Amino acid sequence: MSTDFSFRSARWTALAVVVLAVVLAFASLLPQSSALSVSPFVVTLCGKYLSYALLALAVDLVWGFAGILTLGHAAFFALGAYGMGMYLTREIGARGVYGNPDLPDFMVFLSWHRLPWYWWGSNHFAISLALMLGVPAVLAGLFGWLAFRSRVSGVYLSIITQALTYALMLAFFQNGMGFGGNNGLTGFKDVLGFDLTAPGTRATLLALTGLILGAVLMGARFLMGGRYGRLLVAVRDTESRTRFLAYRPEQIKLLVWVVSALIAALGGALYVLQIGIVNPGEFAPANSIEAVIWVAVGGRGTLTGAVIGAVLVNLGKTLFTAILPEFWLYGLGALFLATTLFLPHGVMGLLRHVPRKREEEVTPEITNPEGSNA
Amino acid sequence: MRKALLALAFCTALACQPAYAQEAPALPPAAPSVAAPVQTPADAYTDMASTHFDAIIRGVERLGRSGEARALAALQALEAHKLLAGNDTVYIRTDTGLVDARTGQNAPADLTGLHPVRLNNRVRQTLASARAELLLAQGTQAERRDALAQIQAHPDAAMLPVLDKALADPSNKSLAGSLNAARAAILLSPGAQPVALSEQLAAVAAIKAQGGLAAKSLLSRAATLVPLAPQTREAAGKAVASIDFRLKLWGYGQDLFYGVSLSSVLLLSAMGLAITFGVMGVINMAHGELMMVGAYTTFMVERLVAAYIPALAPFSLILALPVAFVVSGGLGILIERSVIRFLYGRPLETLLASWGVSLILQQAIRSVFGPTNVAVTTPGWLGGSFALGGLEITTVRLAIFLFAIAVMAALTLVLKRTPLGLHMRAVTQNRRMAALMGIRTARVDALTFGLGSGIAGLAGVAVSQIDNVSPNLGQGYIIDSFLVVVFGGVGNLWGSLAAALALGIGGKGLEPLIGAVSGKILLLVLVILFIQRHPRGMFPMRGRGIES
Repeated sequence: MSTDFSFRSARWTALAVVVLAVVLAFASLLPQSSALSVSPFVVTLCGKYLSYALLALAVDLVWGFAGILTLGHAAFFALGAYGMGMYLTREIGARGVYGNPDLPDFMVFLSWHRLPWYWWGSNHFAISLALMLGVPAVLAGLFGWLAFRSRVSGVYLSIITQALTYALMLAFFQNGMGFGGNNGLTGFKDVLGFDLTAPGTRATLLALTGLILGAVLMGARFLMGGRYGRLLVAVRDTESRTRFLAYRPEQIKLLVWVVSALIAALGGALYVLQIGIVNPGEFAPANSIEAVIWVAVGGRGTLTGAVIGAVLVNLGKTLFTAILPEFWLYGLGALFLATTLFLPHGVMGLLRHVPRKREEEVTPEITNPEGSNA
Repeated sequence: MRKALLALAFCTALACQPAYAQEAPALPPAAPSVAAPVQTPADAYTDMASTHFDAIIRGVERLGRSGEARALAALQALEAHKLLAGNDTVYIRTDTGLVDARTGQNAPADLTGLHPVRLNNRVRQTLASARAELLLAQGTQAERRDALAQIQAHPDAAMLPVLDKALADPSNKSLAGSLNAARAAILLSPGAQPVALSEQLAAVAAIKAQGGLAAKSLLSRAATLVPLAPQTREAAGKAVASIDFRLKLWGYGQDLFYGVSLSSVLLLSAMGLAITFGVMGVINMAHGELMMVGAYTTFMVERLVAAYIPALAPFSLILALPVAFVVSGGLGILIERSVIRFLYGRPLETLLASWGVSLILQQAIRSVFGPTNVAVTTPGWLGGSFALGGLEITTVRLAIFLFAIAVMAALTLVLKRTPLGLHMRAVTQNRRMAALMGIRTARVDALTFGLGSGIAGLAGVAVSQIDNVSPNLGQGYIIDSFLVVVFGGVGNLWGSLAAALALGIGGKGLEPLIGAVSGKILLLVLVILFIQRHPRGMFPMRGRGIES
């Protein structure tokens, strides 16, 4: 697959996202009687889509630009979500069911007497923020450093990313881990002193998510449009040739991997703020694979496509599960099939005017020198 | 996930008693003893007709000692609450009417004022001993063995003369071990008269030789019993330690069995994947769903057989094997022809497409059969378990182990000895060259995918016997089977075997140490780290390309 740097359109996407989010946020503050009023349900929904768009963007960076098919990015998303969830849990303070000012409800329920050491700092927003981004980044760094250094690639890498998120899911399901077991963390009251249920807070959060997504889009566009982005694509297309040219593919891939994990974690943190619950189901391997299909639907390696795909697929999911719940899985399955078979470049491919003839002329075996294991 | 395995706590109480003792030829029922008993049976029956528990107990004891031919029937009736008392005698209530327990004659029809003989725990205990005593004299070989186990479980000094008499009886030669053990249990129990030191030590040795949890608890009690000689107590303490050690070894053996059993399930689920993934480089995420289809096929075959040919019902599982192979295999070929074919050379996209297929299959099954589990019965000949030394072997798991070996052997034969296998290997090694030599690679691809899917169907049949058959069945296996294939090395059946064994036994071995879930997590982390060291698995395919 070649890249025509069509992701330059990301600038306009970023602008559109920001404008839309801000407009929606303001509209939600209008009185109910107004014709332009937006219900809180829609605000939450949009917040969710935008958080997912961040995850999709993260997947697009590693899959679209570096060719690493990750089946475990939900792990970073969920870790970020848990980081934010821990802070929000501590914010509840003595207003929980058991009224214990020091311990979250589930710990009182398990008759624990002290907070585990890894909850340290979760009552300060700044420390929490550093941890909710830092922990996924460090995990990604460690994992990526090990994997890329030993040149684990292709399917093998996909499978072990899946094993990573699966292992984390099993771990977080355990009550003894100190993250609320299968109930997860929920019942949040406020953030930084602002009531989480107040319309003003919700509108601000939506606008904030839009701003952050816009900023990340611009950042990604800057990163991918420059020398680094070209190197990344070179590594994706022919890693060995890049290595022979004295570049270090493992370092190039590691950087994008960690950046991508950071973006996913950011998405997770914003997700929890607006959805109000995080549980170990977020780690489920199926979630990671779904995130990949968002990117595939939108068009990989285009940045804009990731955002469009995440919003489109999740909008479809919302509508389907409301109207025809039994048919959602059929729809999603068909989407997977149709995208891979008929829309290899996703929605963004449809938007292009010039058909890309060059690619279809040659057999896959030649365009893909990595062999059948790539 | 495989909670059935966990649930099987090892119960080695019958450690050294072969459970198939029933096969021993049954002795003819011993003739009623000719010698006149000290108490006439009449007294025993009269005692039992009393309303006082003490009298009833005395009656039961006497009846047990009497050796009367009809005594056993009376005791069994008492146990089943079918013994009625009145007129200083007792009657057995049968389906046809009342029978005089003493004479076996039908009772007069005009009986009134009968009341059931009362039972309490003391009576029940005495009843058990008395019945054991009678069985020991009159029962078949198996009944005698059971009676001895009963005596050993509730040692009663009063049984000592009975055992001595039985030991002297030449027809009990094959029971000598059990008899001695029961006798030893009485000698080491609290109520026993002190006997010579050598006899006490012999008793400890006899119980120790028996092993098992029951022997252990008996000996640990004996180790603190003051009436016994100090040497005996010391010997009992040592024997407890030795039994503990033996139990521990058997426990390891049991864990190993569970591990091998889990390995065979993993191997079965991974074998089909090893074919499709190894030969074609296709990552078939719908593999688990093909297993699910196999499991549901088993369910359907079972239903159809039960409805149309009930005579074959116990063997529906065997019928299900070829059907599941064909159904899953056919479905696989369909998937290959309609989807996978267009995605060759783009392995990561086959992953996404087959994930889509898996979602559709799941939902289809859910729409047809409902979201809940369906009940697949285990045929009688696969049910239950048997003891092998101190091991408890579940028949189903043993069968799955053997089945996995059989499938592996058959698959190896297909790959090495048939034209299809030859073509498959040729295409694996060099697709282009194979095509140039006239092998129709597209056809080979379709058949290969069908073979892999068919094996998934077979795995589904096996899994239906030990796991819940629900639309989510496939999801539980897909990650594990991919790990097996990747860990073992793609394109290598023996690698998959080694990986399945390592993951299965490793998982079960870690379970007692750090718990099931933590063990699983640790195993996943270990595999992830292993892949870092050996990016192509344990047994990689060697090649000369830059990327291999």
